[in-house]
Order: sequence, then structure tokens, then C-alpha cells
Amino acid sequence: MSDPKDRWLDQEAGPIVRPYALTRGRTVPASGAYVGLIDMVVAEAGARLPAEARLNPEHRRILSRCGDPITVVDLAAEADLPVGVVRVLLSDLTHWGAITVLSAPRGRVTNERLLRDVLHGLQAL
Amino acid sequence: MDYRHSDQVTAEAVPAAMKILVAGGFGVGKTTLVGSISEILPLRTEEVLSDLSIGVDDVTGVRQKTTTTVAMDFGRITLRAGHTLYLFGTPGQERFWFMWDELSYGAIGAVVIADTQRLDQCFAAVDYFEQCGMPFLVAINCFEGTPAYEPDEVRAALDLSQETPVILCDARQRESVRAVLVALVKHALQQVRVSR
Repeated sequence: MSDPKDRWLDQEAGPIVRPYALTRGRTVPASGAYVGLIDMVVAEAGARLPAEARLNPEHRRILSRCGDPITVVDLAAEADLPVGVVRVLLSDLTHWGAITVLSAPRGRVTNERLLRDVLHGLQAL
Repeated sequence: MDYRHSDQVTAEAVPAAMKILVAGGFGVGKTTLVGSISEILPLRTEEVLSDLSIGVDDVTGVRQKTTTTVAMDFGRITLRAGHTLYLFGTPGQERFWFMWDELSYGAIGAVVIADTQRLDQCFAAVDYFEQCGMPFLVAINCFEGTPAYEPDEVRAALDLSQETPVILCDARQRESVRAVLVALVKHALQQVRVSR
């Protein structure tokens, strides 16, 4: 370890707050529900949050970006937060009724029509 | 938690997101391939190679590579009909393989990039996709000055089945990458029909 005096703690050092401090130390969603990378997140229109809801700035950053359906990875990229942190914050927002997560299918893709759509889409690029 | 399954929602309401994995050894061109066709700059978490990681990463034959992708790396392509295709680069080093299972859920298939100078680097990826039954193909990334091997020689060296496509590509060229993805989706469709 380096001498504490040599440690650089200016802005060049990147975020000083550890990622999981934003989630108060939680690394997995409280519900235990699995949220996939391409699951869609959408804000509940006109949702009234319960009194116990404590939105931190990161919750708000996420919420402000899911007016239209957005995937978890895109949300992480746009909010500039690690996917693991986003998952925990999404579980809070779901618990408060602020958002809904629409799961993408988990198994092998066997829908021929969907595969043909992707094929034709790639050919038309 | 309140989860709904996407097929309970009409296709018009929510655009379909699909994914394809891009695998292969360290420094083989995964990020380059994703970046060639993605409409966004690939999101990546890179760690600078330090003395610590020498010995962990095999850099023999890796040209001027100073960083490696250790976390996640993705790109996005918007297709017509409202579909969005995501390309996920799998972590190249074996110590990050715990992420593979998660990346594999619901994927159309995988592109395994091979460098003929270091073919052994893609054995693990080939094994993984064969075991989980995911459609995959091997794309030989042709760097300048790389000795050329015929796809059949690579197929034999990797002990691949006749059905597994092996194609040549240039990960820097968008058209070439597009051809690789087209070949993969065709292969995935073929696999679905065979299993019926």
C-alpha cells in the first residue's frame, strides 16, 4: 500500500464514493428477483410514491430516464452507474411502485418469426 | 416485486430487445468487432495491464495491446420493425467467467472470434457454447500479416461439427461484421428448424 500522503483524491481519481455506497451497502436486490441486462424498465405514469420512499439522487437519475421503456444496460450507460448498482436501485423503485420491469425471455430464442425479423433487419442495414 | 412477462404486453407497446454474444480470447478483437457495427460507442470497463496481470494474461503475439476488457462491453444496433439488437462482449479472461451465464440468458447466439496465431485461446468459449447448446459460429479475424488458414483447417483444429459455420472476417470492417451476424442468425434459424 502507498503512503496515505501520496494518495491522489482530486477529481482525476474518479468517483470517491464507492459504487455500493450508493445502495447503502446492498449488492443484491432486496427482492432477490433477477433483472436481466436487456429487461425493459418503464416508469409508472402518475405513480404516487409511498411516504417511506427515500429517493437519493441516483434513484432520481434512473427514474428520469425511464419515461419511455429502456433496457437495463442502456439505463446503466445513460445514468453512468455500474449495472450491479442499477439493479439494486431498480428493486427499490419497483418496491415503491415507481417503475415496472418487463422481463425479456430467459431461454433459448426459438421464435422463428423474431429470428427472421432480426435476419432481415441485419440484411437491410 | 411486481414483474410482468414481456409476452403479456403487446409487441407494439414495447420494442423487442435481442442479444448476441461476442466471445474469444484476450486481445482477439471483440471490442473492435462490437465497435465496428454499433450505433453507440461501446460501453466498456477497461483495466490497464500492469505488472500484476502479466502472467495472468498471455500477451504472446498480441500487437500493441495495452488494455483488456475485464468487465462488460456492449454495443447496440436498431433494426427496422422496432427491434434492437445488443452485442455483448464476454470477459476475455477466465477469472471473469462467472459473468458468462448471465450474459447467455435469452441470447440468439454467439460469435467466437478466433486468431489463428493463438487458436487455443478460443477453446474455452467453444466448449462453453457447445455445452449449453447455444448456436455459435467461429469468425477468424484476419489481421494484416497473420498467416492465412483455410476455414476447414480451423474447423479440424477446433474439432467443430460440420454444422458449425467457420468464416473469415475483418473485425474493423462494418460490412464484414454485418456478414458475420447475418451468418449467425441464419445458423440459429437453421438450428431451430432442425430441433423441430
